[in-house]
Amino acid sequence: MKQIDITRVHTRLDRRQLLAGTAAAVIAAPAIVRADTGPLKVGVLLPRSGFEAGIGQDCRRGVEIAPAIFKSLGLPELAIIDGDTESSVETARARAAKMISDGAQLLVGAFDSGQTLAIAQVAEQNGVPLVINIAAAPEITDQGYKFIFRNFPTAGMILSDAFDNQKQVFGLVGAVPKTVVFMHVNDTFGTAMSKGINFLMPKFNMPYSIADEIPYDPAAHDLSVEVAKAKASNPDALLLVSRLNDAMLITRELVKQRWTPQAILSMGPGWYEDQYFKTLGKLAEGPMTFAPWYDPNKKLSRTLEAALAKTYPGVNLNTNHVFTFEALLVAADAYKRAGTTDPKALADALRSTNITDNVSIGPGIQFNAKGQNDKVKNGAIQNRGDKTVVIAPQAAANAKPVWPLQPYQSRG
Amino acid sequence: MPFDVYLNVAVGGILTGLVYGLMALGLSVIFGVVRVVNFAHGEMMSIAMFLAVVCFSTFHLDPLIMLVPIAAVLFAFGYVLQSSLINPFITRPEHSQFLLLVALAIIIVNVLLIVFGPDARSVQTAYALDSFQFGPLIVDATKLYAGIDAIVVAALLFAFFRFTSIGKAIRACADNYTGALVVGLNVNRLYALAFGIGAACVGAAGVMMTLIVDVTPLIGPTYTLLAFVIVITGGLGSMLGALVGGVLIGLTEALAGLLFTPSAKSMFAFGILVLVLLFRPQGLLGKRAA
Repeated sequence: MKQIDITRVHTRLDRRQLLAGTAAAVIAAPAIVRADTGPLKVGVLLPRSGFEAGIGQDCRRGVEIAPAIFKSLGLPELAIIDGDTESSVETARARAAKMISDGAQLLVGAFDSGQTLAIAQVAEQNGVPLVINIAAAPEITDQGYKFIFRNFPTAGMILSDAFDNQKQVFGLVGAVPKTVVFMHVNDTFGTAMSKGINFLMPKFNMPYSIADEIPYDPAAHDLSVEVAKAKASNPDALLLVSRLNDAMLITRELVKQRWTPQAILSMGPGWYEDQYFKTLGKLAEGPMTFAPWYDPNKKLSRTLEAALAKTYPGVNLNTNHVFTFEALLVAADAYKRAGTTDPKALADALRSTNITDNVSIGPGIQFNAKGQNDKVKNGAIQNRGDKTVVIAPQAAANAKPVWPLQPYQSRG
Repeated sequence: MPFDVYLNVAVGGILTGLVYGLMALGLSVIFGVVRVVNFAHGEMMSIAMFLAVVCFSTFHLDPLIMLVPIAAVLFAFGYVLQSSLINPFITRPEHSQFLLLVALAIIIVNVLLIVFGPDARSVQTAYALDSFQFGPLIVDATKLYAGIDAIVVAALLFAFFRFTSIGKAIRACADNYTGALVVGLNVNRLYALAFGIGAACVGAAGVMMTLIVDVTPLIGPTYTLLAFVIVITGGLGSMLGALVGGVLIGLTEALAGLLFTPSAKSMFAFGILVLVLLFRPQGLLGKRAA
């Protein structure tokens, strides 16, 4: 065995050289630690408890079914580190910082715009890429951040597509609501959507007017007053930006207050989710949602549907699974091309993403200079039986829309 | 806006307010007799709500049937809590009592989180989506049942304190602690009974509330705060004041939501509290301190 003569080493290094070498090692250390090889350490931040727990846990299913599909696609392995934002902006910020200090090399999350904005600030400050799964507030990608990438439409994009898809649906059914009441949650997402609707509606020349706008607390336990107020305006349809619990509360109140509008037009989560179907049974039938969705005719969509059905029998594929899965797909693809876990190299690879074999509606995944995928499109879906069908755009449709809603009182 | 909309919303608010009132009645009884402010009041209510959910989901027992058994469980919980944990703090400074009960509240919330998780749970009875129509008035069946039950429970409580010897003894303790000791009343036992009765009240209110709202472990602090707003508005220590305060807050929240913006309805309830504190600090039906 070769022996090292430490006395000779000492004689060759003077104190200045030793000091310079130590300083260089200290400066380079974080980069060396970050740029190790092996699976990419991905911190997945989701609201897995608190009032958004149901949706956060649903998003987590998209994480669980990803590894086997990535393997079949020849993508590298990811080491997932889970984090719970507890549906709180402050907790989201703290968890993101902790994850990065614990060695996360890329972050994914976080469903809620307010929480995602807080995580984005932490990611940008630390120079760690964040791939957003779901969050629509425009300001997240409007701040000149270099490490933030979003494969999800902004509120403005959602609304533009939603108005287009609504017009397509009205054309297909040969009916048009003249007035709507707009009910929305008063959190970051709901407020951004409200501003967007009021700004964009005149430009799209929509056939209906908003008779009343009713913001409400997403954590409310009783929405009877809100629904009574909406009913008092006697609109043809309800326009909604909601979450899961409040979507169920509103439906129950519609039944109790014996009111069935012609249509429920949702522009957010809640109405298409499995818990909504399971809790409400026949009452879940009929609402339309205009939201980022998956193209059921794409090959990877069918693969994802099969994987979800195998792991979670009876669970329908939805936005939560699709966009969380695609966020990881983007991360794995960038890691494969970068060939390193170095955050800067990963960010460069993310900027040149061009995935065409994907799940969501639209031509594929690319990011513009702001880090926003501006190619992703909405779908119009409708609840039928115990699942959803796509009714627009035509290229992604697999069913025709049903109009008007069947009265709640006649559903047995 | 048509008049029937105001009528429907006002009736819904009054019925919900009656349940609020029963919840606050428990707080008022405890403070009126034991002179301890129960900062774990809403959390005790969430225990009753989860018991109702478990009884329904596991044994299909209707909350209206489980009202008395769950109130009895809460009575026992309150009795044991007072005699074992709170009684030693009766003569200690108020900040010690405050810390004890806040700690208890935090423990209850976290135990419920560990046992039941963070998700909202509800009781879907056969009549959960029913409503009654009387001309233009549509009344939510669950709120109607809950409101009627609140009136019955409150009436029984008033009768208990007015006509039974134990009730009179508890009132004697509340009125004159030293006098009660002099005439030979077992004050510690009566304090435990009063705390148990207050807990039973909030237990009954909790069971009825499961008919109206979904329950989560984090719901407790909201109702603790609401109970304080109600009893301070109605008059701390006044049983009738608690009921009146509950109805007033329920009605205010409902009408404020209708007339202004629903997301600001709690603001109006707190606005009433501020007005009461400014112009009638003893509460609407409270007695002015000597």
